Amino acid sequence: MSTSEILLRAAALEQVREQRYASRKRINQLALPLSLLAMGIGLLWLFWILFETVRLGFSGLTLSVLTEMTPAPNDAGGLANAIYGSFLMVCLATFVGTPIGVMAGIYLAEFEPKSALAAITRFVNDILLSAPYIVIGLFVYAVVVTRFKTFSGYAGIASLALIVIPVVIRTTENMLQLVPAGLREAAYALGAPKWKVILSITMRSAQAGVVTGILLAVARIAGETAPLLFTALSNQFWTSSLSEPMASLPVTIFKFAMSPYENWQHLAWAGVFLITLAVLGLNILARVLTRNKL
Amino acid sequence: MNMTTLAAKDEQTKIAVKNLDFFYGKFHALKGINLEIPENKVTAFIGPSGCGKSTLLRIFNRMFELYPEQRAQGEVLLDGENLLTSKQDVALLRAKVGMVFQKPTPFPMSIFDNIAFGVKLFENLSASDMEDRVEWALKKAALWNEVKDKLKQNGASLSGGQQQRLCIARGVAIKPEVILLDEPCSALDPISTAKVEELIIELKQDYTVVIVTHNMQQAARCSDYTAYMYLGDLVEFGATEQIFFKPSRQETEDYITGRFG
Repeated sequence: MSTSEILLRAAALEQVREQRYASRKRINQLALPLSLLAMGIGLLWLFWILFETVRLGFSGLTLSVLTEMTPAPNDAGGLANAIYGSFLMVCLATFVGTPIGVMAGIYLAEFEPKSALAAITRFVNDILLSAPYIVIGLFVYAVVVTRFKTFSGYAGIASLALIVIPVVIRTTENMLQLVPAGLREAAYALGAPKWKVILSITMRSAQAGVVTGILLAVARIAGETAPLLFTALSNQFWTSSLSEPMASLPVTIFKFAMSPYENWQHLAWAGVFLITLAVLGLNILARVLTRNKL
Repeated sequence: MNMTTLAAKDEQTKIAVKNLDFFYGKFHALKGINLEIPENKVTAFIGPSGCGKSTLLRIFNRMFELYPEQRAQGEVLLDGENLLTSKQDVALLRAKVGMVFQKPTPFPMSIFDNIAFGVKLFENLSASDMEDRVEWALKKAALWNEVKDKLKQNGASLSGGQQQRLCIARGVAIKPEVILLDEPCSALDPISTAKVEELIIELKQDYTVVIVTHNMQQAARCSDYTAYMYLGDLVEFGATEQIFFKPSRQETEDYITGRFG
């Protein structure tokens, strides 16, 4: 090949490269605004919701919301019993659902990940994970409420726990799978027994992720109406007894927001504001936890 | 192959491998391996990727048993006892035969606890005895001076080379008899590698060391015996000088001089 030929080829190559670069740039000029627009549309609704919640909820937020019981129509009052009921049921449902979910997740990831039982568990769990909450609520109604012939806090807890369990199973399994096999092997190589490897090494590595999953599950059940509507129902008064119907924020909001009474509507907005604040807080906490870890 | 028995008989055999076959499912990964690893020496396994050197190493502490589809046939005698059929608890075997891996694997806990974790599995030490043990192990791994003021820091905060020495200290701390090193320097820079190599030579005074390495110079620098493996066969085994300077098999020479393939 002569020198001129080599130069010619280099020039041709250069030209092709420039053409490629120009077309890449054109595609970029089109794709970038489109994706920005898509992002903007997504964020718009979120900020609109937040804005409306703050606008309508914040003004209704007084100390009496936190201290007084849900009132009769056109009467003064607050949301204390609903807040307490929600808090109690969400805490207990998390308390019941978390250990079951974590242990099932450990089984799936650490014990027999490839067994038939694990495959079936995963499949059923996926169904449970995407089951409409109204279905879960009705199931608990049929199994618990009709048997004991009363709506109760227990039924509400059962319903919420059924939502927590599949979420926790899934995140625990996923987080444990992210733990590098080398870490596990290193612990076994020291002669550590399986339970010790799981508790001290793999669970510890996956800790932040698992806690995040639990927090997100809490955030999810804190705002759900459907699972409580046929189970805990609601209660106009303060009760600590779990065998009685129990008030909760979402059900109270549902009832109050649909009513024609103005004071109930104000309270509903205050409740919406509180729930949004709590869910936002839990999400931010979950983010902070994973960021520090990763 | 008469090279598999040692020329110098004044050395004690620590691990004797007899007619060992190994399978990953149906894949025959090790074929009739015979080998005697002498006590208080460094033995290196060399060979191209996939030749079975790591596989062989992972039989010595029964690491392969974590994976149900893997199985070994034959005999591996540790001090005369076949560890493959031994009724002894696998944890006790692993207390005797420690292992350090290719990638540093600090546990998600403090430097101190990284070392104490293994010790606590087998011994009940008082707090002060445990502090002494941790210091001893870190000194053995030539890491003490670098970490003595930050024992409470997370193990992951150390550099790669320091993490690998932490893993060596962790293995040494439970006072094993054999230390298996699976490409311990492949993720380290030359300075850290030099430190780990010095350490390996140091360690053989008290331990039997078996090292898998891709780095031929490393095998030449720090091992007393070398085994060359290819496609699941042990091609040649002997004193390192002999393997490197006058190998008896053409394949070995080709590999060592880089004329392989």
